[in-house]
Amino acid sequence: MSLRLFEYTAHRIKAKILSKEILVTDLIKYFLERIKSVEPYIQAYITINEEDALKKAKEIDEKIENAAKVGLLAGIPVAVKDNICTKGLSTTCASKILKNFIPPYDAFVVKRLKEEDAIIIGKTNLDEFAMGSSTENSSYKITRNPWNPEYVPGGSSGGSAAAVAADLSAMALGSDTGGSVRQPAALCGITGVKPTYGRVSRYGLVAFGSSLDQIGTLTKDVKDAAVLLQVIAGYDLRDSTSMQVSVPDYLNGIDSGVNDLRIGIPKEYFAAGLNADVHKALRDALKMYERLGAKIIDISLPHTEYAVAVYYIVANAEASSNLARYDGVRYGYRASRSNGIIDMYCRTRSEGFGNEVKRRIMLGNYALSAGYYDAYYLKASKVRNLIKNDFDIAFQQVDCIICPTSPVPGFKIGERAKNPLEMYLSDIYTIPANLAGIPGISVPCGFSKEGLPIGMQILARHFEEKKLLQIAYAFERETDFHLKKPVLKISSEQR
Amino acid sequence: MKIGKKDIEYIASLSRIELSELEKEMFIHQLSDILSYIKKLNKLNTENVKPMAYSINAFNVFRDDRSEPSIPLDDVQLNAPALKGVFFKVPKVIE
Repeated sequence: MSLRLFEYTAHRIKAKILSKEILVTDLIKYFLERIKSVEPYIQAYITINEEDALKKAKEIDEKIENAAKVGLLAGIPVAVKDNICTKGLSTTCASKILKNFIPPYDAFVVKRLKEEDAIIIGKTNLDEFAMGSSTENSSYKITRNPWNPEYVPGGSSGGSAAAVAADLSAMALGSDTGGSVRQPAALCGITGVKPTYGRVSRYGLVAFGSSLDQIGTLTKDVKDAAVLLQVIAGYDLRDSTSMQVSVPDYLNGIDSGVNDLRIGIPKEYFAAGLNADVHKALRDALKMYERLGAKIIDISLPHTEYAVAVYYIVANAEASSNLARYDGVRYGYRASRSNGIIDMYCRTRSEGFGNEVKRRIMLGNYALSAGYYDAYYLKASKVRNLIKNDFDIAFQQVDCIICPTSPVPGFKIGERAKNPLEMYLSDIYTIPANLAGIPGISVPCGFSKEGLPIGMQILARHFEEKKLLQIAYAFERETDFHLKKPVLKISSEQR
Repeated sequence: MKIGKKDIEYIASLSRIELSELEKEMFIHQLSDILSYIKKLNKLNTENVKPMAYSINAFNVFRDDRSEPSIPLDDVQLNAPALKGVFFKVPKVIE
């Protein structure tokens, strides 16, 4: 195939499929070949779904041949983060404790992908149980940033972001508890959406912080994000936090522009600690929005500095409870030798979990334990309310908020791995949206001096994903940052 | 906020995690660092603030009391570390 189809957005690939210019089977073979040659340098995947993907491709080719109705994602390869359950296909959470776990059911979002004729091409690497900001906490491999292999791809959905950025999949799903979709999207130069809490069912997403977790999209452009969100959004009885709010047509009116839009700029997000290149890229982006007719309004989100502290109490308290289920009884790893059942639990968990997961479970249990509950968990839950209140007040004056996704364009593998607190501070700009439950998108808005991509984050009110996509698209169609491709440091024929 | 060896042993036992002496040292140091950082929350007066558990209006979700098929037992048990007949097999529970 002479066309570099793997570089195409999903909506362009789909047009080629529907016009019968290409067969889905050839397309999938083509992506699988690409994965074989490039994956050793990127390490984005834990599992490649080769056999099943080809089988499904053939089925869709037959449907198209017979002029049968096909789904919204007909023939499109989609990578799925390995903490989202796929029936019959290993789902490890990048943990030893789930090494051999084969889910007996599909997550809601996976069922939706299949209903819309998407091809699940593989399961992507992550920080163990999505706990991390660099994908270095995986028990299996370290994923590299396609823009520079010495740098992390971000995390925890680093495998999904790297797979899309390196053209190893057309699109991908991730999960975002404190920025795990938006931050890797920013660091890998792609588009990442964290929907409103309650917009997408978490049924089948392995739980981490249940009051924060949300499944999101990683795509090559904003229109692809709109299509993928269209597929996964909606009510599901099996997630009791899923909301019965109608899902709008996200593509319809995506080009309506930003004239008279009020954009809030929170001063706390442009304070000390923000990298100069990131700052400049954001300033330029805001100038662009002004040219397009938007109004820039200075706002304050005064409790921003407390967000990371609140998050590491709330998320870990919830994690300590959610991860209590890994006891070696019904599924997953079990320690081979033990002396009684309690000893079996302890050995299983000690051998099965990595250090970051242990750290967080212990921190969470500490914050919830007798004598400390009020000082930590209750206090954090109250400050969380103040943070949410900041957004409520801000959204009375503005239609959206624009800020950086990450304070730095990236960091090197190993640079922050030794200091957990430093790693936690990577998420300072993304965590508040999870605490408040509001939707956010990260889109590419520039490059650092070292050539690393920079992400711009746009936040809106609950259930205003459609507006977010419109605002992001208005910027994207005026710029070409999303079209830039990393030059992979591998031999030229494999590029 | 400093935590000591007794604290880390207590938290580890609550967490059903065993730690080597070296791991205890490491976690004492790291958790103390993180808890010191978290102490900044005490700067805020939250006396009249309500705690918040969910960011959206969470409410009870009921469905019709109608039984639906479960995942087949055979499928579920494929992942079991040890089975005896249709039961999950575990080490001795009662001494």
